[in-house]
Amino acid sequence: MSKVLIYISFILPFSILILSSLKINFFGYFTLDLSETKIFEFPYIWHITTYFVAYFKIFFAIIVVFMIGNEYSNRTLKQNLIDGLSKKEFVLSKFTFIISYCLLMTLVVFIITLIIGMFNTPSQDIYFDTVFSSSEFIVAYFFKILAFFSFCLFAAVLAKRSVFALAVLFIVNIIEWIAYLLLRFKFFDEQTADGIAQFFPFTSMYNLIEEPASRIVRLHAPTNTIVTDYTLYWHEIAIAAGWIFLFIFFSYRLLKRRDL
Amino acid sequence: MKTILTLQNLSKNYGYVKAVQDLSFTIEKGNVYGILGPNGSGKSTTLGMVLNVVNKTSGKFHWFDGNVAVHDALKKVGAIIERPNFYPYMSAYDNLKLVCKIKNVSVAKIDEKLAVVGLLERKNSKFRTYSLGMKQRLAIASALLNDPEILILDEPTNGLDPQGIHQIREIIKEIAAQGTTILLASHLLDEVEKVCSHVVILRKGQKIYSGRVDEMVASQGFFELQTEKEDQLISFLEQDASFGTIKKEDDKIIAFLTAPLSAADFNQKMFNQGIVLSHLVKRKESLEEQFLILTENQSN
Repeated sequence: MSKVLIYISFILPFSILILSSLKINFFGYFTLDLSETKIFEFPYIWHITTYFVAYFKIFFAIIVVFMIGNEYSNRTLKQNLIDGLSKKEFVLSKFTFIISYCLLMTLVVFIITLIIGMFNTPSQDIYFDTVFSSSEFIVAYFFKILAFFSFCLFAAVLAKRSVFALAVLFIVNIIEWIAYLLLRFKFFDEQTADGIAQFFPFTSMYNLIEEPASRIVRLHAPTNTIVTDYTLYWHEIAIAAGWIFLFIFFSYRLLKRRDL
Repeated sequence: MKTILTLQNLSKNYGYVKAVQDLSFTIEKGNVYGILGPNGSGKSTTLGMVLNVVNKTSGKFHWFDGNVAVHDALKKVGAIIERPNFYPYMSAYDNLKLVCKIKNVSVAKIDEKLAVVGLLERKNSKFRTYSLGMKQRLAIASALLNDPEILILDEPTNGLDPQGIHQIREIIKEIAAQGTTILLASHLLDEVEKVCSHVVILRKGQKIYSGRVDEMVASQGFFELQTEKEDQLISFLEQDASFGTIKKEDDKIIAFLTAPLSAADFNQKMFNQGIVLSHLVKRKESLEEQFLILTENQSN
């Protein structure tokens, strides 16, 4: 079952490949050709793929949560410790598994993006600089999914049961939204609220790759006033990396203090 | 003699409940130990603490000479706690391969140990297809993979059918005969009596005895007697200094010894008195009886 989910999470990103080559004709009224919007060209494609493919992370998140939940319910965690595995080794082995998946997934997305970009960018525009400008989104993508899966690992270690772990993730997400709305409309202004919210776990992951829609709109209508700061800043990566460390560290601490 | 495990004033509280209190004992190499006690007396908690899955509240314990980390020491230990725990969707062989990896032993051991417990021909079946008896045997094979310095078994025959219980006991006896140190926790006293040379007895988290099984109660044993001339026998026994309590149970007379006396000497003596015995058995208290004597003494 989990194998199927892993395959799905690898295959789904390729659906963007299909989408990029698609011309949809709506009953002869008009033709929707997404490639005309320039979103499949360098450098925008880096932003587009990483943003959309990141939504497929839910498949592997389920695997992470069930993997840990099963360790508890099958009591294999207990048996592994009795056999001589240390709690630190246990957490690190799970983290290594997550990192390996993230690296592989990042590589897949990197290759897909290159392919789509190469096919869609007018050939006179393909230079080394244009191709790889904005490629920092790949780094952002890696940190984004790694932070998310680390959170899943922590939630699963905390909740022991898979379903409760998913509930924990969901609740934290909602709490973040409520906290942000309170900060913005009740206590402070937008700037302060954003300043505080960037340290929230889910927001920190989101900030790594902001929505690309307004960027594309601006591309076609430069006078549009909605401005999204989509630039990847080092402090955004630092915050996400901080959460990754905290999630793994507290997973270990929690496990160490717990009687199994 | 080489010490394998030392406990010093080990305690564990679950909130207000004192599961284990000030427990101290040592396990020496080459003996077969039993940890005895009713359900809830702290047996599993004690094993959990020394096996790195339950955190101690206070006290100390160390494996071997105390120079290695607990999880490294456990690589030289084989232990089964409660029910067998394996990955259900993996085959027996793959499960054991994982254990080999944790314990740093060669995978060549897997077939050898599966043969010991008679599971070699089922090694590629998934764990979840096993019967409870087979699961328990696989757990024993897993615990034996590293040829452990000590084998720890917690209620190994729990929930098994008579055939399964017999198989497990035979395996344990075989392992004990090879000189492996064994620590067996059980509330089944006859199980412990059959294989153990030493016991630690727990009651409500406290140790009430630790030492050799045959030194548990200072007792010379007792005779079970039957004869036609009952009154004559009882009056003779009451006058003899080597007998203490005498009681009648069903149709048998039970006479407790206060001094050593062999069954042959006693029979000769009776014959000289003109009392012919139709039933004569010399026995020591069973572990169950000794256990009850000990726990009674403690509660008084």
